[in-house]
Amino acid sequence: MATVKPKPAAKTERSTWLLTAPALVLLTVAATGPLFIMLIYSFLEPGQYGNVVWKFSTKAWFNVILQRDIFDGTLTWADAHLTILWRSVKLAMTTTVFAVLVGFPTAWFIATRTPRMRLFMLFLITIPFWTNLLIRTFAINQIIRNEGVLNSFLLWIGVIDAPIQIIYSDFAVFLGMTYVYLPLMVLPLYAAIDRFDMRLLEAAYDLYANRWQALRRVVLPIVKPGLIAGSILVFIPALGAYVTPRILGGGRNMMIGNFIDLQFGQGRNWPLGAALSVILLIFVTSMLILYVRFVNRSTDNG
Amino acid sequence: MNVNSQPDIRSEAIAVDVDRVSKIFGGEPPVTALDDVSVAIRQNEFFTLLGPSGCGKTTLLRLIAGFEPPTSGSLRLGGRDISRLPPNKRPINTVFQNYALFPHMSVAANIAFGLQMLGKPKAEVRDTVDEMLKLVQMEALKNRRTSEISGGQQQRVALARALAPHPEVLLLDEPLSALDYKLRKEMQIELKRLQGETGITFIFVTHDQEEALTMSDRIAVMNAGKILQVGPPREIYNRPVNRFVADFIGETNFLTGTAQGDAVRISSGHMIAVPLDGRTGDVTLTVRPEQVRLCPVDQDGALHAEISDLVYFGTDTHCHLALKDGTQIVARLQSLPTGEVGYMRGQAVGLRFEPGAVQVVGA
Ligand SMILES: Nc1ncnc2c1ncn2[C@@H]1O[C@H](COP(=O)(O)OP(=O)(O)OP(=O)(O)O)[C@@H](O)[C@H]1O
Ligand SMILES: [Mg+2]
Repeated sequence: MATVKPKPAAKTERSTWLLTAPALVLLTVAATGPLFIMLIYSFLEPGQYGNVVWKFSTKAWFNVILQRDIFDGTLTWADAHLTILWRSVKLAMTTTVFAVLVGFPTAWFIATRTPRMRLFMLFLITIPFWTNLLIRTFAINQIIRNEGVLNSFLLWIGVIDAPIQIIYSDFAVFLGMTYVYLPLMVLPLYAAIDRFDMRLLEAAYDLYANRWQALRRVVLPIVKPGLIAGSILVFIPALGAYVTPRILGGGRNMMIGNFIDLQFGQGRNWPLGAALSVILLIFVTSMLILYVRFVNRSTDNG
Repeated sequence: MNVNSQPDIRSEAIAVDVDRVSKIFGGEPPVTALDDVSVAIRQNEFFTLLGPSGCGKTTLLRLIAGFEPPTSGSLRLGGRDISRLPPNKRPINTVFQNYALFPHMSVAANIAFGLQMLGKPKAEVRDTVDEMLKLVQMEALKNRRTSEISGGQQQRVALARALAPHPEVLLLDEPLSALDYKLRKEMQIELKRLQGETGITFIFVTHDQEEALTMSDRIAVMNAGKILQVGPPREIYNRPVNRFVADFIGETNFLTGTAQGDAVRISSGHMIAVPLDGRTGDVTLTVRPEQVRLCPVDQDGALHAEISDLVYFGTDTHCHLALKDGTQIVARLQSLPTGEVGYMRGQAVGLRFEPGAVQVVGA
C-alpha cells in the first residue's frame, strides 16, 4: 500500500463537527446569549417603568454591595442583600442534604426491587412532574395550612386542641422544597445504584467491612456520579426557587429568587436584578466546583 | 452416603463441619438448593466441590461464607458454631467467580481492604500488601486500577485480596473458569503452590472434573443438592459409588447384566467376574476406557467384539467396539508413532478388562 490516501480519521472528525454544528450553535446561543444580556443589563440604568435605559452605569453593582441612606446620604453595607443570599444558600443546602438523606434510601430501595416493581415505583416518583409546580405547591398548602387536611385530622383524632402553625414557617418552606426537588435527587441516584454491582457489597462484607464501612468505602465512591448529579439538580434550582418560598413561607422571609423577581417587577430596577442574577450565577458555579472537589477528595482512597 | 475409606479421619483436625445443612429458596415453586448435606473439611486441605451446573456448589460456599443463612442444619468452624455469624465476623474469605474487585481502587488498595477493615496498623497493612503482591507476582502493577488489568491478573489480585487477611478458610468459586486453557493450567499449579505455602484450608468449586482430579486432596461430588461421594481423587475415579459419579468423572463404559453367583452375565451373554458384595438381580457395571485391552479373538476369556470406529485424539485413539448384542464399549489405545494403532474398522477382535477394573455401580 504505497499510495497515500487522505487520512480517514481526519475526514470523520470533520464530518462529526459538521453534523454537531447546528446543535452546538443552538446550545451556545441559547445558553450563553441570555447570560450575556444579563451581564450587559447589569451595567445600564433602570428605566422609570421597568426596562432599561441604554446608558452605561455601575450603579447597580454599587447597589448590590452598598446602600445610600435616603435621609442623610451615608453609605452602609447592603447587608439586607447578604442576609437574603445567605438565607437562600442555607435553604438550598438543607434541601440538598435532606434530599440526599431521604433520596438515597429511596433510590436504594427502588433499585433492589424486582424489575416490575422498580418500573412502577419510578413511575410513582415521576408523577409529580405531570402537574404544574404552582399547583403542587398549593396542594401542600391545602394540606398543612391551619384549616388544612393535616390539622383537621389531628384535631379530629384529638392529638391536638388547636391547629399547629406549620404553614408560613421556615419549616413549611423546607418541607415544600424537599418535596418538590426530591425526584431530581432520586432519579440520578437510582440510575447509579442500578448499575452498582451488588456482589461488590458481598465482597466488602466478606473482607470484614461492617455496613457503614461498606457504604462509605465501596457504595458511595461508586455511586458518586449519581450523587453529584442529583445534588447539582437539586441545589441549583433550590437556590433560585421563588414559588415555593412565597406560597408556603408567606413571603415573610424573602429568598434571593423572590428578591430578583421583585427587581424585575414592582421594584422596577432591572439592572439591580441583573447584577444580583450574575452574582447568583457566580456563586452557584463556585459552590459546585467546591462541592465536586470535596466529594472527590472525601471518597477517593485509590 | 459419605463414603470415606480414610481410616484416620477422626485423628485429623476438622476446619469446616457442615452438619445436615439444607437450603430452600422460597419462591414459586421453592428450590431445594441443598438437601441435608453433611461434610467435614479438614484443616489444611485442598477440598473440591465438583458437580454439574445448578447442583448447589455456589450455594454451599455462600452458606459457609455467611451470605445466606441455612434453612436447617448447622455450620461449625474449628468446632465453633458459625451458623448465625454475619460474613464480616467469619475468618473466611472468598475468591468470587467474577472476582468482584473494587473498580474504584488500585490493585494495592484492593489487597489492603480486608486488613484495613480489621483495623491493622498502617505499617503492617503495607508490609502484608507487599508480601501478597510478591506472592502473586503483581508488584509491577500495584498502582493500576483493577479495570485496567487482564483477566488473569484480576484473578491473581482477587486471590491476593482474599489471602491477605490470612483467613482460616479460603473459598474459591470457579476462579479459573474465565481463563483460557493455558493460563488455567498455570493458575492451577500456582493455586496448589499458594495453598501449600500459606497452609490455609481451600474449598474450591469447579465443574471441571480434570481440574478437580489434578488439584484436590479430596473431592466431594455433588448432584441436585446432595453430596454423593467424598474421597481422594483416585478413589473417586476408581471406586465411584454410583452411576452418576462414574459418569461425571472422566469417561466410562456402562454394562448392564444380571448377578449370577459371584459373576455377572452381561446383556451380550458374556460372564464377568466382579466383587458383588451380596448384590443380586440386575446390576450395572462400569469400566474405564483405559482399562479395556484388545487381544486376539481366540484368547482365553476374551469377549468377542467388532471395531465400529476409531477416533484419533493425539496421544491416544478411542476404539469404539460393539459386542454381539450391540452393546458399545470404548477402549482407549495408545497411538503408535505412525498415528495408527494397528487395528482397522470392521475388524473382529477380542477384548478383556484389567483385573479389578470392573466396578458395580448399582442396579
Ligand atoms: N437466590 C436464589 N433464589 C432462588 N433460587 C436460587 C438462588 N440461588 C440459587 N438458586 C437455585 O439453587 C440451585 C443451586 O444453585 P447454585 O448457584 O448453588 O448452583 P451451582 O452448583 O453453583 O451451579 P453453577 O455451576 O452453574 O454455578 C439452582 O437450581 C439455582 O437455580
Ligand atoms: Mg456456581
